[in-house]
Amino acid sequence: MTTVAKPSAAGSVKPATMAQALGRALRDAMAEDPSVHVMGEDVGTLGGVFRITDGLAKEFGEDRCTDTPLAEAGILGTAVGMAMYGLRPVVEMQFDAFAYPAFEQLVSHVARMRNRTRGALPMPLTVRIPYGGGIGGVEHHSDSSEAYYMATPGLTVVTPATVADAYGLLRQSIASDDPVVFLEPKRLYWSKDTWNPERPTDVEPIGTAVVRRPGTGATLITYGPSLPVCLEAAEAAQAEGWDLEVIDLRSLVPFDDATVAASVRRTGRAVVVHESTGFGGPGGEIAARITERCFHHLQAPVLRVAGFDIPYPPPMLERHHLPGVDRVLDAVARLQWDQ
Amino acid sequence: MTVMEQRDTRTAPVPPPAWQPRTDPAPLLPDAEPYRILGTDAAAQADPELLRRLYAEVVHGRRYNAQATALTRQGRLAVYPSTTGQEAAEVAAALVLQERDWLFPSYRDTLAAVARGLDPVQALTLLRGDWHTGYDPREHRIAPLSTPLATQLPHAVGLAHAARLKGDDVVALAMVGDGGTSEGDFHEALNFAAVWRAPVVFLVQNNGFAISVPLAKQTAAPSLAHKAVGYGMPGRLVDGNDAVAMHEVLADAVARAREGHGPTLVEAVTYRMDAHTNADDATRYRTDAEVEIWRAHDPILLLERELTERGLIDEAGIRAVRDDAETMAAGLRERMNQDPALDPMDLFGDVYAERTPQLREQAAQLRAELDAEAEGGQA
Repeated sequence: MTTVAKPSAAGSVKPATMAQALGRALRDAMAEDPSVHVMGEDVGTLGGVFRITDGLAKEFGEDRCTDTPLAEAGILGTAVGMAMYGLRPVVEMQFDAFAYPAFEQLVSHVARMRNRTRGALPMPLTVRIPYGGGIGGVEHHSDSSEAYYMATPGLTVVTPATVADAYGLLRQSIASDDPVVFLEPKRLYWSKDTWNPERPTDVEPIGTAVVRRPGTGATLITYGPSLPVCLEAAEAAQAEGWDLEVIDLRSLVPFDDATVAASVRRTGRAVVVHESTGFGGPGGEIAARITERCFHHLQAPVLRVAGFDIPYPPPMLERHHLPGVDRVLDAVARLQWDQ
Repeated sequence: MTVMEQRDTRTAPVPPPAWQPRTDPAPLLPDAEPYRILGTDAAAQADPELLRRLYAEVVHGRRYNAQATALTRQGRLAVYPSTTGQEAAEVAAALVLQERDWLFPSYRDTLAAVARGLDPVQALTLLRGDWHTGYDPREHRIAPLSTPLATQLPHAVGLAHAARLKGDDVVALAMVGDGGTSEGDFHEALNFAAVWRAPVVFLVQNNGFAISVPLAKQTAAPSLAHKAVGYGMPGRLVDGNDAVAMHEVLADAVARAREGHGPTLVEAVTYRMDAHTNADDATRYRTDAEVEIWRAHDPILLLERELTERGLIDEAGIRAVRDDAETMAAGLRERMNQDPALDPMDLFGDVYAERTPQLREQAAQLRAELDAEAEGGQA
């Protein structure tokens, strides 16, 4: 994958995988705060199907890293009660589509508990959901459900695209007094990236988008698994004479209108890139926000490059569904460069 | 040796260990009949003070139900799901808990919250429609009234589990209706509670109907208490109109939970004398004859008979209890007739710990609209 530039920081920069960074974030959070509890199906003895929680049960005991019965509503529902009693549960949903049984708990209780109790019962819990495709998963193992979560007031929705953000955003999520849906792009779990393990929390706060590649001709707005695609597309576009800026949103809720609008006002052109469906997907909301703020600066309509509006396809066909570099470049080419 | 030859020797193969039952189901099974005390010889053993207390609370609860229903007719409450006929179970649920314990009510269990000591006006905040939860759940150890069915049950399990992890001697009592037992969250909560041996008591109030659907169309189980056995916890079947039996069974279950023996499922067999809410027409799904049968088994009647027969109360005593309930109702009526002062800017409070930029913009928009409205009003 393309190596992603990090905000400069003192100390040595080392290669690591996102999976390692996530595991260390959990470990460090648990070590620092005894109220942090990790729970979910297979998170204990097995260390999670992606091994993100490997070693936690051994180090902190089964009361702190708990293999639960296989029941997502029960996992999240009991986590709500634990949060009511002052714990900070970190719940693993194993795979994106496995989170749907817990959806009622998420939208009917987790998201609104603070509001309905006028602040008396905040929900400091984190729901980790490995999401998205590209790993050859069978049905129900590759959904991108971020639009559902974005549409639910009360939830913070973040998704890292770099190793540094995997660590930093997860630590921020666990420390947050609000419930966070933490979307882990599982096809980036094992790709190496560089980060600074001596200053691992040295990343921008939740709610802040980051320019991963500066440019002047157009802005690619993306997040999570599509960031490497956009960075690669931006490199390729250079040959066409298109200088593309790439924004990594990092946080879908709260949304960083300021960074996005400032960029698009400068470049005058924007493409939103993500894996989830285009219709009713995050890109529609983002395009609308850009249009509302930047209409007079735009030299072309805001375009979306998204997954097709289909149920997530079987693994042998997913490469035709997932937005790739060529599809991004095609969209960039349609930005009326001649005007 | 061939398979046939093996069979001929008649030596039974050793079954795999998974074939062995994990627990003996017999001690978990509920009684065939709902457990009763009032009207039986056992009632003579009931503590007079407890009888008097339960009587006062149940009469109080009946009057509260009537007053709240009246408030819906006056438009002071958006809706009220009555527990008339179910007061014994509501009151017993509240009385068996210590102050440090937690109550997890469903939307119907306002009375249990009031019997636990919550200000009735605060308890009615949700149903009045001025805010969702009108009290601090941590202060009163009463979770918000839950409108989605059975979703509060896993919360009770998680809270009780967390308390035990922290070494606190806390029990959670979670309430649900017969319809709620069909929900997935009911199953998941009971399963988690049993696996974790969480100090939880599940109280199912089987009041006969889920809005209009009778129990026969809700479940094929022998009783709702029988559902406990499949999870590995005891099920208790109780006469839900018998306040003394309810109190004893729930107190046992709470003690059992507190001593570390895990959860219990209690089914209170009772009847909802009113409609589902004031918006419902109960004549469409049940007969007057059925209601009359239950009227003869009224929780107030059962207590009053026992107290009178044992000479523990006289006419003056009954009147005193009723007068006291009347005073409560008058106070509630008066306070509910005052218009609550609502600040529209509260809409943006506590959505997040800190307002997002988007909510700041929207709050500013509403502020401007309110200011314009105020100016227009003055002009």
